[in-house]
Amino acid sequence: MDILIAGVGGQGIILASRAIGAAALKTGLQVRTAETIGMAQREGSVVSHVRLGPTTTGPLIPRGRADILLALEPAEACRYLGYLKPDGRALISTTPVVPVMASLGATPYPLDDILGYLRNNIAGCHFLAAPDLACQAGSHRALNMVMLGALTNLDLPFPAETLLAAALKLLPDRVHEVNRRAFQLGKQALEV
Amino acid sequence: MPELLMGNEAIARGALEAGIRVATAYPGTPASEIMATLMRFGPGAGVYAEWSVNEKVAVEIAAGAAYAGARAMASMKQMGLNVAADAVMSLAYIGVKGGLVLVVADDPGPHSSQTEQDTRLFARFAKLPVLDPSCPREAYEMTKYAFDLSETLGLPVIVRPTTRTCHACQDVALGTIPPRPPVPGFEKDPRWVIMPSLSARQHVWLNRQQRRAGEEFTNSPFNEVRLNSPAGVITSGLSYYYVTEAGEHLGVKLSLLKIGTPYPLPEKLVVNFLKQVERVLIVEEQEPVVEDQVIRLAWRHRLPVEIDGKHNGYLPREGEFNPDIVAAALARFLAIQPAGTPDRPGTPTLPARPPLLCAGCPHRGSFYAFKQAARDRKVILTGDIGCYTLGAAPPLEAMDTCLCMGAGLGLAQGLARVQPDTRLVAFVGDSTFFHAGLPPLVNAVHQQTPIVVVVLDNETTAMTGHQPHPGLATGTRQKKIDISQVARACGVETILTADPLNLEETLAVANQALAAPGPALVILRHPCPQVAKPAGRYQVDETACIGCHTCIKELGCPALRPDGNGVQIAATCTGCGLCSQICPVAAIEEVV
Repeated sequence: MDILIAGVGGQGIILASRAIGAAALKTGLQVRTAETIGMAQREGSVVSHVRLGPTTTGPLIPRGRADILLALEPAEACRYLGYLKPDGRALISTTPVVPVMASLGATPYPLDDILGYLRNNIAGCHFLAAPDLACQAGSHRALNMVMLGALTNLDLPFPAETLLAAALKLLPDRVHEVNRRAFQLGKQALEV
Repeated sequence: MPELLMGNEAIARGALEAGIRVATAYPGTPASEIMATLMRFGPGAGVYAEWSVNEKVAVEIAAGAAYAGARAMASMKQMGLNVAADAVMSLAYIGVKGGLVLVVADDPGPHSSQTEQDTRLFARFAKLPVLDPSCPREAYEMTKYAFDLSETLGLPVIVRPTTRTCHACQDVALGTIPPRPPVPGFEKDPRWVIMPSLSARQHVWLNRQQRRAGEEFTNSPFNEVRLNSPAGVITSGLSYYYVTEAGEHLGVKLSLLKIGTPYPLPEKLVVNFLKQVERVLIVEEQEPVVEDQVIRLAWRHRLPVEIDGKHNGYLPREGEFNPDIVAAALARFLAIQPAGTPDRPGTPTLPARPPLLCAGCPHRGSFYAFKQAARDRKVILTGDIGCYTLGAAPPLEAMDTCLCMGAGLGLAQGLARVQPDTRLVAFVGDSTFFHAGLPPLVNAVHQQTPIVVVVLDNETTAMTGHQPHPGLATGTRQKKIDISQVARACGVETILTADPLNLEETLAVANQALAAPGPALVILRHPCPQVAKPAGRYQVDETACIGCHTCIKELGCPALRPDGNGVQIAATCTGCGLCSQICPVAAIEEVV
């Protein structure tokens, strides 16, 4: 299974990809990931490639081959949509992170167009107001955990508990409660 | 049970298992996590690990340990090797006793670098063997092997991962970390004293070692041959996986020569492969290092094989490879249709999202104040390498040049010599100041070139992940070097300090420095918000805000965003208070 995680530097994308990788490893799968670390982490566009299963391949997912697009920001979902396979599924946080350049009016941010385009071009598209749920859990920084919780509804090769345990292992004890709540809220938000 | 390790962690682990005694590094993306890992696990295993002041010093320290027969490793990014080049070039002639491994991480793209230079080419220039890992697992194995090879050849060995190995995670099956072996000790011998006569002799030896290394690599498990068809691919490093994946998707079976030792190339292995194929495509990121050697071998051995690659445009020499670029090249080579990608027309225009200074970054105050002070003067602002390079972006636009580590101070002096009517301000970070800022500072004072050096001291090496530097004492046995005392000892007469989040104070200091007759040094000190605890939060009084958006337009802080006719401050606010200091109607207040 190939999962592409997209978002903005500072949203906790590296933690999300490591947690998925660790959960898969625990389940006995082989793992390859590629992360964005460095300059782009400062509010830039970032992406993690996560590849699970027998790996005779490199860490980068070819265009049009990802099974799941997990996007923590709608414009970034759009930017990396080319990686999703035609019948792939997407889980997208709908709350925009408006870049400073857009605030200054130097670059557009057509949110409605972006959401409409995503809805019309992805067969299995799930929208989520993830930052609201993170705040409800106790911290805006738990956005990544809301998304991981919601992701467990998309037929991952391991149970939700394994992913939660793997993610909490990467976090300091004092934030476990908030992050556990965020994960559960995300999971419930998408349950049918 | 294998562990999920980042390539850099796998390299560090390999070094620990190989029995290193000393590890040194200067931070640089994508290599930094190698030393971060060794700092965590090294001391418990009896390894001395340090963040050195720069890469040249790091290599020299590691070489010193290797002179005494201990195993040592220095890690850096590709441009760090330029800084260390003086030591490395001579070290190839002198050689080592204990295994010395230089891990040099390349950054094709580039993602976080000024150049896309290829360390394999540097290795060839320096006449040092280089290993090119294809994945974290192989990086781990190669690092362990590199120490044995270094001792067999008596030469430093370079391990050259790229970003997609350094910052890729993979399940890696680990061995055990053995106890440190005893250090044989330094033996006094003229072989350690480089002189022209010794260099002349050693150059002959060094050239002989090139052939020996090539022979060593003939049976290396890092090189692999598969013979399937008259059409073949030779590939080095990470590209191997792009080739295998593309082959699977295109449904073709190719002859394949995977190269893990791109220099010196194992000649017999390559020549035998070339004899078995009619055509060959060479797939390697960055420079045609393997391709050039293959062309030379095919010519010398009169082999009637067609060689495709970078020289005839099958693959680019610039930028980072990915599975799609390699699949397209392979399809062209085999004259078959490449696999299509889904078409989703009508993509809306997306916002550009370049990296930015974080909310609460003290550099924002430094740049804002100096821009204000420079308004009525002719000023050029030279910059340097670090987070603060992002000050070049709108709306601050507070950086007119950026070249390489420490260059802002030198460039400023050159500009000042030919533009005496212009004031020169050289911004340099605290870590960069120690790394490469000291010689140009001494030069400016000695030559009395009237530049203003501004040290942006956020008490960390922020861009690369918050490593310490000599201006801090993080270990119990370290001594903190005070930047103002250094400047004073160098003879700087005007030395000023301010908190860049206090705009009034910083502006006053900026004006004073710009009015100083000789070289001046300003320290603008405030801890990086990624490390320090937030001071609090600010909010906008909606009844007072007039919607002028001065705060957004002047500061470009990512926590500020327009909200109808007002301004909203996001939860990412750290309470730096700059926006409240410039609000013309005092509508921004601290949340109490």
